[in-house]
Amino acid sequence: MQRRGDPNRNPVRNRFMLSDNDTLAKVDAVPTTTAYGDDHGRRNRTVRNLKVTAEATAKRMAWVSQINAVRDSKDRAAFAELFGYFAPRVKSFLMKSGASPDLAEECTQEVMATLWNKAHMFDPAKASVSTWIFTIARNRKIDLLRKQRRPEPEDLPWGPEASPDQADALGLAQETEQLGQALATLPAEQRKLIERAYFGELSHSEIAAETGLPLGTIKSRIRLALDRLRHAMK
Amino acid sequence: MMNDMKQIKHHLTEPLLMGYAAGTLPEAFNLVVATHITMCDDCRAALAGYDAVGGEIMLSNDAVTVAEDALAATMAMIDSGFGAENPAPVRTQNTVFPGPLQDYVKGDLDNLKWRKVGGGVSQMVLKTSRDASVRLLRIPAGTAMPDHGHRGTELTLVLQGAFMDEHDRFGAGDVEVANEDMHHTPVAEAGMDCICLAASDAPLRFNGIIPRLAQRFIGI
Repeated sequence: MQRRGDPNRNPVRNRFMLSDNDTLAKVDAVPTTTAYGDDHGRRNRTVRNLKVTAEATAKRMAWVSQINAVRDSKDRAAFAELFGYFAPRVKSFLMKSGASPDLAEECTQEVMATLWNKAHMFDPAKASVSTWIFTIARNRKIDLLRKQRRPEPEDLPWGPEASPDQADALGLAQETEQLGQALATLPAEQRKLIERAYFGELSHSEIAAETGLPLGTIKSRIRLALDRLRHAMK
Repeated sequence: MMNDMKQIKHHLTEPLLMGYAAGTLPEAFNLVVATHITMCDDCRAALAGYDAVGGEIMLSNDAVTVAEDALAATMAMIDSGFGAENPAPVRTQNTVFPGPLQDYVKGDLDNLKWRKVGGGVSQMVLKTSRDASVRLLRIPAGTAMPDHGHRGTELTLVLQGAFMDEHDRFGAGDVEVANEDMHHTPVAEAGMDCICLAASDAPLRFNGIIPRLAQRFIGI
């Protein structure tokens, strides 16, 4: 049950995927990794040229379906799929952030249990699955490792959308995938610097203002959603 | 407060947003960031980008082995009713303090334990972890703060009223990020008291002998 989340083996993913074949067909199916080298001078162009494969998007949308299955029917098989993929990565992140293996293990299990408990709050149009799980892990990290409170912004009343817009969810999944690829294709030195910032090895004054990552697309999408929300609240 | 949103001109810096997303800022800075984001949709959207970076870094890690019984142990934890995280704060009353700040400030403007720090200015230090400090400042309309330079970084978020310094005007929702190079003399605009939330990761440095002496006694 703990094999990695290969979407093709996942029984719950098809519900979503079948309904979205049309949208997915528009996604460019160009392989992503090999064609883009480490040519530093062409980095910006490289980032623009990154293509998100249908396969990569399908994998991310399968995670969405798995969380929905946990939310809707307390589906333990779907949870096991998520656990198999994410728990080892959450634990790795926590260890790189300074947790001992034992503490990281305990913390990871709490993060995954929190995922189960908060599945009803997950909205794939507002955050992709990897982002959402990261924020849970980060908050546990602050609590357990740094023993600090974590002030959070006020929650917004995102409104009575019965189901999040699937086109938004898909778009965000693609943009997040693209971000992940851009991160992977950054010059090693630059990527290392960003990683060190997230592992807590840099103070805020040592963090570079320019990441070289394409954050604008995600920011614009969320900004639009916020504008719609503000409009609806008037 | 929501209506002020369009007027916000001074935002958080990218490194502060990244640090907040990474969870590596001092608690005092986190409080200023969370309060500003409550007031500012631009920075809330930008934070979503930096949260996403964190998720992708997490995914790109080499996976490590989890305990053999990890899934079973987690299911047992779930079955035993392991609690959900604290819900995000909500504003409970009509006050100048946004939700995140209400967790730290019990009361409203006029029933807080303000301490005078000279020149008509009052402050109230909030309790956070010791790696940085954060305080509320109340500057009477038209009054100047002592001229001061900075060691480290100082974040000043306006909650009510406005202040001007040599460089710019800061109104409700605006955040000023000052570093070591910056010497300035903020003056509260006429009209209403200026209420600010100010965090610093080093003691402020006042220019002039009297403020320096005073600094030892009043702790700013």
